[in-house]
Amino acid sequence: MATASPTPAAPAADGIAPRLPSSVIQSLRLARYQFRDYLYSRRFVLMLSIVAALGAIFTALVGYFRPAGLLAAPDVFYGSLWAGGVPIVIVFAGVIFGGDAIAGEFQNRTGYFLMGLPVRRAAVYAGKYLAALAASLIAVLVFALILVGNGVFYFGADALPLAFVASLLIACVYLLALLGATFLFSSMFKTSTYAVLVVAVLFIFGFGILQSVVTDLAKIEPWFIISYASPVIGYPFASTLPAHVVTHTSATGAVLGTSYNPTYLEGIGIMFGYFLLTAIGGLVLFEREEFA
Amino acid sequence: MNAPSLEARDLTKSFGKFTAVDGLNLRIEGTKCVGFLGPNGAGKTTTLKLLTDLIFPTRGECLVNGIPVRDDRKAALARCGVLIESPEVYPSLTPYQALEMVADLRNLSGPERRRRIPEALEEVKMSEWSDKKVGKFSKGMKQRINIAAALVHDPEILILDEPATGLDPRGMAEVRDIVRTLKQRDRLILMSSHILPEVTDVCDEVALINKGRLLFYESLDAVTSRFNAAGASVDATFARPVSDADVDRRIGGLTGVSRVERLDARRLRLHLPPGLEQEASLLKSLVGLDLGLVGFQESKSALEEVYLSQIERGD
Ligand SMILES: Nc1ncnc2c1ncn2[C@@H]1O[C@H](COP(=O)(O)OP(=O)(O)OP(=O)(O)O)[C@@H](O)[C@H]1O
Ligand SMILES: [Mg+2]
Repeated sequence: MATASPTPAAPAADGIAPRLPSSVIQSLRLARYQFRDYLYSRRFVLMLSIVAALGAIFTALVGYFRPAGLLAAPDVFYGSLWAGGVPIVIVFAGVIFGGDAIAGEFQNRTGYFLMGLPVRRAAVYAGKYLAALAASLIAVLVFALILVGNGVFYFGADALPLAFVASLLIACVYLLALLGATFLFSSMFKTSTYAVLVVAVLFIFGFGILQSVVTDLAKIEPWFIISYASPVIGYPFASTLPAHVVTHTSATGAVLGTSYNPTYLEGIGIMFGYFLLTAIGGLVLFEREEFA
Repeated sequence: MNAPSLEARDLTKSFGKFTAVDGLNLRIEGTKCVGFLGPNGAGKTTTLKLLTDLIFPTRGECLVNGIPVRDDRKAALARCGVLIESPEVYPSLTPYQALEMVADLRNLSGPERRRRIPEALEEVKMSEWSDKKVGKFSKGMKQRINIAAALVHDPEILILDEPATGLDPRGMAEVRDIVRTLKQRDRLILMSSHILPEVTDVCDEVALINKGRLLFYESLDAVTSRFNAAGASVDATFARPVSDADVDRRIGGLTGVSRVERLDARRLRLHLPPGLEQEASLLKSLVGLDLGLVGFQESKSALEEVYLSQIERGD
């Protein structure tokens, strides 16, 4: 077989000499363009509409009914509305920004453009993750602003509890974990619709159902399910934390069942654990992904 | 600096039971343009994807400038411009932004990018669209942006998979001009194509594959002389119909003409021994007959002839 070159080799003239940026810099730069793409996309409008709708419902209901219990103290107010609402915002952000983040690169053929460039697959994955994180953070912050606006209206400007900052930080960790998980699922598919569908069903209903099945039927603590960790977001507002194990008994004293609440450490541990494992898993999957 | 090089070693790629590329050994080195030819499904795109680490070999390996692409795609592709199978730019970006993204990832300096981005857009004649979103562009316009993206850093090696796909006739001519210019600037270009005249026009060497196997890799000159050794045929076109009597007595009797085929009333195919001198003297004689000769050209290009005979032999 002819492997020799038919005509003699000549050296190339100097082009623009490649001094490539480090992979970290490349992923940050890629994230910037990805983020801009998110900002101009319909999905960003959809996400903001969901946040606005949730905020509007909360504002209207509280404004109309003025429930005394809820308005008794800022801690109670934020503990129920913020801590109850932000996991929903985060799940939607994960589905909307993460659901087809990787699958879409195949389906829309944009990945073929990126992968012709001298970038590691990991840098592309990380860049996309960072962009989705930034876009989701905007959604979370808009939701926070709506609630703080309400809080200021009812309690005054100096009544914003420090616990809110702690809770916001925990919410960010939950976001890290949730996006990591949606990215992992996204890299299992090459079709956007499937990826979004699976991620949406799993994260909006699936984990909740799984959690009750595990608790009620298998009767074990569902520490391996990401949504189990989410109540920890509200813990900074609580005067006393819920008991780790709660045994429900009937009036006669018969044991009806057991429910679980994560401890502080456990909840945050689950979030970080999910983040780390899904990030590694997603990267490994994406490294093996062929742009066939 | 070393000569740029692309190399496939025992390169094999199977999709399930089907082997798309089968034990390909090819080493291309130096500054030149190599045409990568083969019928549909021959494995051209698959080979180029393997060379650029878009897909992974089942066996064997690819090296770019001596760097195994599977080990370090970033270093291997650093000096390459790649365009394989019409990729898509993020629809919300403008051509300028898309090229900026490429320049950012490749670390072009401020002055380099201010010079090269407009230049690259001008080379593909997309300057006036540089601020419009790519999302609404036509297929050919998108392909022009893809070409610009492969050129923006003035690459040393260019890997192009049917770059003229979707382009209008002027666009195809522009691609040829771009490739010619790059060749003058001492680049290594590997380009798959189905357009044989384009390959004859711009390439120095051709590699032909069929069913995933390399049939030959040699210079265009070698292909031409190999073909010409076997004899040639030219098509002659006349202003007026040529009578059978003229064909038999006057044309058939010219020196060197071994056989005359009638294509239609005004066109004849003349077979003659190999060599350009033979063609030249035949042309002179034909003009001398005063039959109203208006066209005279080789019936098939050497490349076309060799391509068809090699592919047929394999089937
Ligand atoms: N992802 C894939 N899965 C299965 N088979 C594939 C895949 N990609 C390519 N093939 C097969 O490999 C063979 C070679 O395909 P390839 O795209 O390399 O051909 P080609 O030479 O580029 O053809 P064309 O001139 O039509 O572009 C074809 O038979 C094709 O069906
Ligand atoms: Mg092809």
